[in-house]
Amino acid sequence: MSYSEKVIDHYQNPKNVGTLDKSSKNVGTGLVGAPECGDVMRLQIEVDDDGVIKDAKFKTFGCGSAIASSSVATEWLKGKSVDEALKIDNMDIVEELNLPPVKIHCSVLAEDAIKAAINDYRVKNGLEQIKFEEGVVH
Amino acid sequence: MIKFPIYLDNNATTPCDPRVVEAMIPYFTENFGNAASRNHPFGWVAEEAVDYAREQVAKLIGADPKEIIFTSGATEGDNLGIKGVFEMYASKGNHIITCNIEHKAVLDTCKHIEKEGGEVTYLEVKEDGQIDLAELEAAIKPTTILISIMYANNEIGTIQPIREISAIARKHGVLLFTDATQAVGKIPVDVIKDGIDLLTFTAHKMYGPKGVGALYVRRKNPRVKVTAQMDGGGHERGMRSGTLNVPGIVGFGKACELCLNEMESDAKRLSGLRDKLETALLKLEEAYVNGSKEHRLPHVSNISFKYVEGEGLMMGFNKNIAVSSGSACTSASLEPSYVLKALGLGDDLAHSSLRFGLGRFTTEEQIDYTIEQVANTVNKLRDMSPLWEMYKEGIDMNSIAWAAH
Repeated sequence: MSYSEKVIDHYQNPKNVGTLDKSSKNVGTGLVGAPECGDVMRLQIEVDDDGVIKDAKFKTFGCGSAIASSSVATEWLKGKSVDEALKIDNMDIVEELNLPPVKIHCSVLAEDAIKAAINDYRVKNGLEQIKFEEGVVH
Repeated sequence: MIKFPIYLDNNATTPCDPRVVEAMIPYFTENFGNAASRNHPFGWVAEEAVDYAREQVAKLIGADPKEIIFTSGATEGDNLGIKGVFEMYASKGNHIITCNIEHKAVLDTCKHIEKEGGEVTYLEVKEDGQIDLAELEAAIKPTTILISIMYANNEIGTIQPIREISAIARKHGVLLFTDATQAVGKIPVDVIKDGIDLLTFTAHKMYGPKGVGALYVRRKNPRVKVTAQMDGGGHERGMRSGTLNVPGIVGFGKACELCLNEMESDAKRLSGLRDKLETALLKLEEAYVNGSKEHRLPHVSNISFKYVEGEGLMMGFNKNIAVSSGSACTSASLEPSYVLKALGLGDDLAHSSLRFGLGRFTTEEQIDYTIEQVANTVNKLRDMSPLWEMYKEGIDMNSIAWAAH
């Protein structure tokens, strides 16, 4: 199986690798996946007072597609409002990166990471957690 | 000048040695006869070539040429050896002992036999990949007809204590079959000294062509027979029907001759390069060798780089370097290597492994380049690994409620 050029590009030049201060009230952190499954994603968002995501960072343990999915996700998050961010669908990532069927779970993980980060931010700011349906392709 | 791409996946397959190809070529064109055609020179020439190759193959493993059954490869040999004994010796018993790090060609054959009413014991291996001899002996029962233990493992290179195993088999009157695919041509294998009754191996793992292999079936002390698994013209003493792959067999013979002559020097050179690679990569933090370092094929190294995922790691250099990984993601199954798990490795370490398989054409420059590339990629990926960050912060990863998916 060969990778799409976009996956290779994100793998070689990942955008937004890093760590935000997880203790900050403005930062939401999502940690999803499991080491024994071969992929773990940590995605963080920093939200300003207007509810706009002004920064996003990730660190991922996983294959090239997992790294690329998180890189794309952080790129898309920046500048979006939290509500807009919730609309990011894993299939958008699949399309953007041309992921083959065996790698769709990487995009699901990225979507889960976004949702987990948003919920973490919401809880920190006295809002209720949003209940999401279970991901379909795990 | 360093030669790219670098091939370090010689446990999967090896390139044909040019001397092998040269020996084969006439048997595609002018000497194309069927070795079973007894009545004209085309057949005679082919038969003569097969006879000569049979001697070359037999000599490499210390066998008599009459004990060599040509096959299509090691998988066929595994099937013929195990199923053939199970059927031939049905009146003696139905129990087979094997181990849980065997190749799928052995494990799936054993599963088939269980469906046919056979009983199979799958021994577990120790941390170093070797079986426990006391457990082996304890597993033998009156109905045991066969022990099937591989000579050396394809993923970790661990060599089993074959002589001790055969002594136990002999003591209890049980036959010993071994899948020696990774061992023959790389380390000395002698069916007499090792006490082996049946042995399978294949040409393409030892610089010969794909599609040809051999099953050794002992003819005396004791005389062993296997029930044919393919019906037809009764070739190969009735044990394996089908027109002989003459060019393949000629190449296989040549490959065996080359290995016999060059194995010792190849092994010495490759273990030196392997050790250089391994020593350098183990300087990275949290890097571990999988399987026995002491009882190991000279050209193999399997290393886990903790907190980095194997497929992601390979992607950092797979344009220039070919290796393989025990990570789930490289296969369609998504399950990490059952061999590494059998050693007691957690799934996380199994996902983090790379297998380096050096070969006759590996150069020192290639190894130096590989060391640099692998180390750089490990460092780069650790910088973006959340697990590495947690490890560095001293967070106990077992304390996290991971959402297994």
